[in-house]
Amino acid sequence: MSRLEVIKTGKLWIGGKWPRSESGATFPVCNPQGEVVARCASASRKDSREAVEAARSGLSGWRDATATLRGQVMYRAAEMLEGRAAELAEALQVTGAGAAAARQEVEAAVDRLVMLAGWCDKIHQVLGCQNSVAGPYHCFTIPQPCGVIVAFSPPEPPLLSLVTLVGAAMSVGNAVVAVAPPQAALAAVLFGEVLAVSDVPAGAVNILTGTQKDLVEPLGTHREVAVVVSAGLGKSERMKLRNAAADGIRRVHAVPWTGAAWGDDQETCSPWFLEQFVEFKTLWHPSAT
Amino acid sequence: MLAQRAASFTKRSIKAESKRAGLRLAVSMVDLTTLEGADSPELVRALCRRAISPCPTPLDPPVPSVAAVCIYPRLVPIVREALAGSSVRVASVATGFPSGQAPLEMRLQDTQAAIEAGADEIDMVISRGAFLAGRFDEVADEVRAVQEVCGDAHLKVILETGELETPDNIRRCADLVIDAASRDRAVQDGEVFVKTSTGKMSPAATMPSVLLLLESVRDHFNATGVRIGVKPAGGIRRAKAALHLLVMVRETVGQDWLTPDLFRIGASSLLDDLVRQLLWTSRGCYAAMHDVAVT
Repeated sequence: MSRLEVIKTGKLWIGGKWPRSESGATFPVCNPQGEVVARCASASRKDSREAVEAARSGLSGWRDATATLRGQVMYRAAEMLEGRAAELAEALQVTGAGAAAARQEVEAAVDRLVMLAGWCDKIHQVLGCQNSVAGPYHCFTIPQPCGVIVAFSPPEPPLLSLVTLVGAAMSVGNAVVAVAPPQAALAAVLFGEVLAVSDVPAGAVNILTGTQKDLVEPLGTHREVAVVVSAGLGKSERMKLRNAAADGIRRVHAVPWTGAAWGDDQETCSPWFLEQFVEFKTLWHPSAT
Repeated sequence: MLAQRAASFTKRSIKAESKRAGLRLAVSMVDLTTLEGADSPELVRALCRRAISPCPTPLDPPVPSVAAVCIYPRLVPIVREALAGSSVRVASVATGFPSGQAPLEMRLQDTQAAIEAGADEIDMVISRGAFLAGRFDEVADEVRAVQEVCGDAHLKVILETGELETPDNIRRCADLVIDAASRDRAVQDGEVFVKTSTGKMSPAATMPSVLLLLESVRDHFNATGVRIGVKPAGGIRRAKAALHLLVMVRETVGQDWLTPDLFRIGASSLLDDLVRQLLWTSRGCYAAMHDVAVT
């Protein structure tokens, strides 16, 4: 007996749950032959609002976890990603990558996550410092998470770029709302499924899929958002984002990497890249002498 | 049927001007509540400032003040002073809140103390144990005794619908309380409220339980012409839920009840969400929690 075809329904990942889009809209994900291999949810303005709310309430659970625990959770996510490497490679092939390139991207994504996991309990030592001051004080500057980070990921490379942006923001203790474009939707949903089984607190990471330019304004103007990082947006969208973000003095970073540049570990795991996702706090403490 | 009817009120589309009007109305109906063991005079004063002007950003037209601040009796003098000169009323819980398990004498003293301290409104709890055991007269006598002590102060009677187990019980209890309160005296419109819950347990103000109270109030009005108020309280945190309630009021008891004199919403964090939604409708960008003063 022939089986009924079961194709994947990619949903949004918001607050640890998998809702469909509030709008009910979906888009098909097709392979190079034009066959529909999955249907993914198209996130609406209201979905983006829900995601920011979820990130806001998921923030404390992630930010206040010890750096060591955050590192362990991210390392576990890397393990889970490794375990599903074949499925992810297949998903990347479906959307156009060659077999070798797909496998290579998944491996790079696992390694990237391990590297960023390692930064969790080390970044403070690199970015923080003790300041020399005139007076009987110890004066320290320490990096702290900014809060809710919105990341627009690019269509290429679908998995590696998303893992890099989410991982970097997570490693310093932020909550994340990632928005993947339709071309990268399948990989984004699978990455969400990986994080969902990795002890990441509900809401600490939220993944939306859909047309990014529809979400630039609601996310850019949302006053709960601390930083917006754009890697997949065109020039006019970036401009719109800057204007939108100006009102609440949100930071906007544009990531310059395209294509193979995302494979550069030196650049993508540099503490100066992670620095974009921290606020610095300076403490004065009376000293004995 | 009940659940279906209650759910039908959540399907209405309320947009633009109606939404703004609904949100403002909801703000004006809030009984801003804090009933924690840790409540301090400072916290309560801050709450009163929010009650008087809920939105830190000036909007046009301005966001109205809430209806009342609801606190424990000991804090009444502080709230009285903080709210002086404003339209916000002082509501105090009493009668051994939240369980109502103190002896009647102490519960009446509790009420007396709150009244003497200057409470405009008393939120009393009934003996749910007595009601569930079928001692209806005992519940009715209690309500009348507290009403006696209240004098001119308005009385809100908390049924704690979450403990009454069945919809039949909720309706019977509402009828019993309304009947007891208006049996031997001429009750003015809005002088007596029925209130769903203490907010100390869950489920609290579910849509079906509020609908039961509204229906009881409607039937009483049809029979006597007296308007009893209704106050859902507990678990109402989102602006959307408040708008659903307003729709239910409008379609069950009618336009007359869409005033803070006859309908209140007991809540604490709801006000934050209402103000955030109002900011969204006027500014076009989503507000952060720190944009609305959080107490």
